[in-house]
Amino acid sequence: MFKIVVCVKQVPDTAGGVKFKADGTLDRGAMLAIMNPDDKAGLEAALRIKEKDPENVKVTLLTMGLPKAEDVLIEGIAMGADDALLVTDRVLGGADTWATSSTIAGALKNMEYDLIITGRQAIDGDTAQVGPQIAEHLAIPTISYAKEINCDTVNKTVEVKRIFDDGYMMVKAQLPALVTCLAELNEPRYMTPGRIFYALDHKDELITVWGRANLDVDDSNIGLKGSPTKIAKASDKVAKGKGTTVTPESPTDAADYILNVLTDKHVI
Amino acid sequence: MDFQLDKKHTMAQSLFKDFAEKEVKPLAIDTDETEEFPRVTVDKMAKNGFLGIAIPEQYGGQGCDPLTYVMCVEELAKVCGTTSVIVSAHSSLCCDPILHYGTEEQKQKYLVPLAKGEKLGAFGLTEPGAGTDAQGVQTKAVLSEDGKEWILNGSKCFITNGKEADVYIIIAYTDVVETKRGKQKKFTAFIVEKGTEGFTFGTKEHKMGIRGSATYELIFQDCHIPVENQLGPRGKGFPIAMGTLDGGRIGIAAQALGLAEGALDRTIAYVKERKQFGRSISAFQNTQFQLANLATEVEAAKLLVYRAAEAKRTKDRFSVEAAQAKLFAAETAMNVTTKCVQLLGGYGYIREYEVERMMRDAKITEIYEGTSEVQRMVISGDLLK
Amino acid sequence: MIEKNLEEYKGIAIYAQQVDGKLSNIALELLGKARELANDLDDKTVTAVLIGENVGGLTDELAKYGADRVVVIDDPELKDYRTEPYTQALAGYINEFKPEIVLVGATAIGRDLGPRTSARVETGLTADCTVLEIGDFPLVAAPGTEQKHKQLLMTRPAFGGNTIATIACPDHRPQMATVRPGVMQKIAPIADAKAEVVNWKPALDKNNCYVEIEKVVKEVSNVADIAEAKILVSGGRGVGSAENFKLLDDLAEVLHGTVSCSRAVVDNGWKPKELQVGQTGKTVRPHVYFAIGISGAIQHVAGMEESDIIIAINKDETAPIFDVADYGIVGDLNKIVPLLTDKIKTALASKNA
Repeated sequence: MFKIVVCVKQVPDTAGGVKFKADGTLDRGAMLAIMNPDDKAGLEAALRIKEKDPENVKVTLLTMGLPKAEDVLIEGIAMGADDALLVTDRVLGGADTWATSSTIAGALKNMEYDLIITGRQAIDGDTAQVGPQIAEHLAIPTISYAKEINCDTVNKTVEVKRIFDDGYMMVKAQLPALVTCLAELNEPRYMTPGRIFYALDHKDELITVWGRANLDVDDSNIGLKGSPTKIAKASDKVAKGKGTTVTPESPTDAADYILNVLTDKHVI
Repeated sequence: MDFQLDKKHTMAQSLFKDFAEKEVKPLAIDTDETEEFPRVTVDKMAKNGFLGIAIPEQYGGQGCDPLTYVMCVEELAKVCGTTSVIVSAHSSLCCDPILHYGTEEQKQKYLVPLAKGEKLGAFGLTEPGAGTDAQGVQTKAVLSEDGKEWILNGSKCFITNGKEADVYIIIAYTDVVETKRGKQKKFTAFIVEKGTEGFTFGTKEHKMGIRGSATYELIFQDCHIPVENQLGPRGKGFPIAMGTLDGGRIGIAAQALGLAEGALDRTIAYVKERKQFGRSISAFQNTQFQLANLATEVEAAKLLVYRAAEAKRTKDRFSVEAAQAKLFAAETAMNVTTKCVQLLGGYGYIREYEVERMMRDAKITEIYEGTSEVQRMVISGDLLK
Repeated sequence: MIEKNLEEYKGIAIYAQQVDGKLSNIALELLGKARELANDLDDKTVTAVLIGENVGGLTDELAKYGADRVVVIDDPELKDYRTEPYTQALAGYINEFKPEIVLVGATAIGRDLGPRTSARVETGLTADCTVLEIGDFPLVAAPGTEQKHKQLLMTRPAFGGNTIATIACPDHRPQMATVRPGVMQKIAPIADAKAEVVNWKPALDKNNCYVEIEKVVKEVSNVADIAEAKILVSGGRGVGSAENFKLLDDLAEVLHGTVSCSRAVVDNGWKPKELQVGQTGKTVRPHVYFAIGISGAIQHVAGMEESDIIIAINKDETAPIFDVADYGIVGDLNKIVPLLTDKIKTALASKNA
């Protein structure tokens, strides 16, 4: 059985629907929780590999998060993944990318995998670090920024179109390896009604829940305490107030006004 | 009695809503303008299992319940009346009768590809002389000499998914019997495939609404079909048609509900933005009270529609629930869309704002698959029996 | 994590990204920032780490832009970028030379090399920093916690840009950060600058993490996707003609922005549909949206109202666009826009001089 593990993250929909409270501050709780777009593309890539040989390819989802993160696992199974693993535990909270990647690698060390697919970055953290760091902890090759993935499940190699700022490379790696995907990789499929019912009817068999005890990782590398980077301060964007309209005396005044705005806002 | 949807249904609902917003909504205006059948959308829906939602998995379907199917039609109708009726006619009027009355061979041969969306279905009962008066059906089926074929002659009109569909359930009369009331025709249901010699298509109707829906005349001239294509017992065509229409009514009720909701949603957004006399028109009590009335009507329609879907799931007979749902939802759709056009004022008359299309689409829900008058007959017939 | 003596880590290093023997601009920008940060550090040495094959010739340019020292790691295996050999090189440098700060460009290379390297040397990494400063952590001294000084404070947007966070890495070294191109400034080049050149190489172990490059293709991207643009200069019916869009093209060019338009413009055939913003066009959320000669009908606004800064120019003071604009200017776009373009050109020129 060729095993693909797709790492997914449940994130607030910052791209689509930022919500503010009445006082103008960010209302994270009210925002829709979705499967991170880069990860969804990764899942779609895995499902396409599975489609070529359904009996011999298994797609397992893996996520680290709060218990409600199981929603993205249900969604992923409803799209076609075979089963899923939810890693959740209070001690894992507050983790930076080092601790997060160590935790996820700690789960993977107790799983079987031929190919690991992750999204390039999450729309809340925006770091693009966790994927490559997981690969480092597992001592397997990383190929990031994948725009195309061709997997040879028999010979156990993967060939990737790896995007750079000025072009791309076709890169080939021996499996096991980890590939990070761009959302532009593909158009992810929809769930089907039948698989939604199947996933929810069999949730307890399909989704395994692991806590800290099931992970092969050191305490010094998990959670807030295991995070080398620390937050000094953080402030949320505030909802925009009403704008101002001016009627300058002359076009020159108008141009100056706009120039000041652009300078003030560090646009130029 | 739990008025909350469970997670399976809320997830399915957001799937349908997502699909409708992304795939169907952008094409709705064009579909209406060009009157072109949205084949690309149908193919996408097929791929995602939307054409076999309530069909059991063993027959290639999704294995969900009638309520899930109703939600699909509803969400599609919110953005495009045409697309929603394609799914409804295919599912309720073609897949369902084969599921309930078909032999195992017929199910394997027809239901499986229909449920998978590999084939599209339709249903033909109505004729120029037979609308509400189904006894007026003149299409005749005669058994061949060797008993191996049925030969059909006649025509059907106003057939939804006509020419686009691959599989047609056709009601024709096979016998005439003497009863106390005089000579009565006895009907039988048949499965006829597009492409069968002697089966052709006539006029394409140009309609007030659901303009992208393919509405065609079907013509049978010495059309030979195998005797295996008889659906259900000979002479039982009328009860089969009525039973099928009971289910179909729930689909149309869902379409009407969706149209009303779609119009109302747009109107609420519009009245908040539109300013007259220095304020949003949503600040005026007339606007507020109208919307309150419309929203309440829509909720009532929704409850009747969902109740009918659940009745189909749990009961053998659900004609009354289906009739009440269709009657109320269709009249609600007509009322809500008309009032919404008025609330949008001049913009309500402009095609780009889409609400006028919803009003044109809504009208047919009061007419097809049993006019509102027929629904009243069904309901009062049950009350006064 | 491995125990390190933090005191041993001194000086500031930058990854001098080069592709095909040409230094990327980001490398020079990082040098500029490193020079500035070095002023607040005890050890003010700025090192550029140059990794590749036959790249020795680039050391002078690095010196011109602020490097005191260039460590050159040159090997055939390093000809084209691959994660593992480059990580071995950079991590090897870090473990040997022990810089207290390492800056990497947040490019398609850096955002792969950075995390792998930071994990290899077991330290923290902060991505896409927009501000870097030397300061105290915690920012305000609190009783019971040690306040460390001369720490790298890394500020970055998160949560899709809706949150600004300042991060420190107090207990691990080096402190690593990636920085996007165009954020930091390179210094004015010093004509005869010379840097100390150190040719060095760790043992490159061709292990299981090496991948095979089958093909390298260079591509210049074509039509700008308005949904990706950070600055949109959008025109409506008020622009008047296809030819007059030149005013907007010029403004967009000087701002490194992209031109977009309203539906009326597409209907008139002045611009293609790909550039249309609105309900039946595209939804955009750029940092700056110029609405020029656009009335602001609901269908257009729906496609751009989430932009960070909306600047509207329209001669009609009752135009609904002024209800959504952050900065509304009532006036004649034909006069204002060219003046604005000139003023911006002048302002940028004096900035870079």
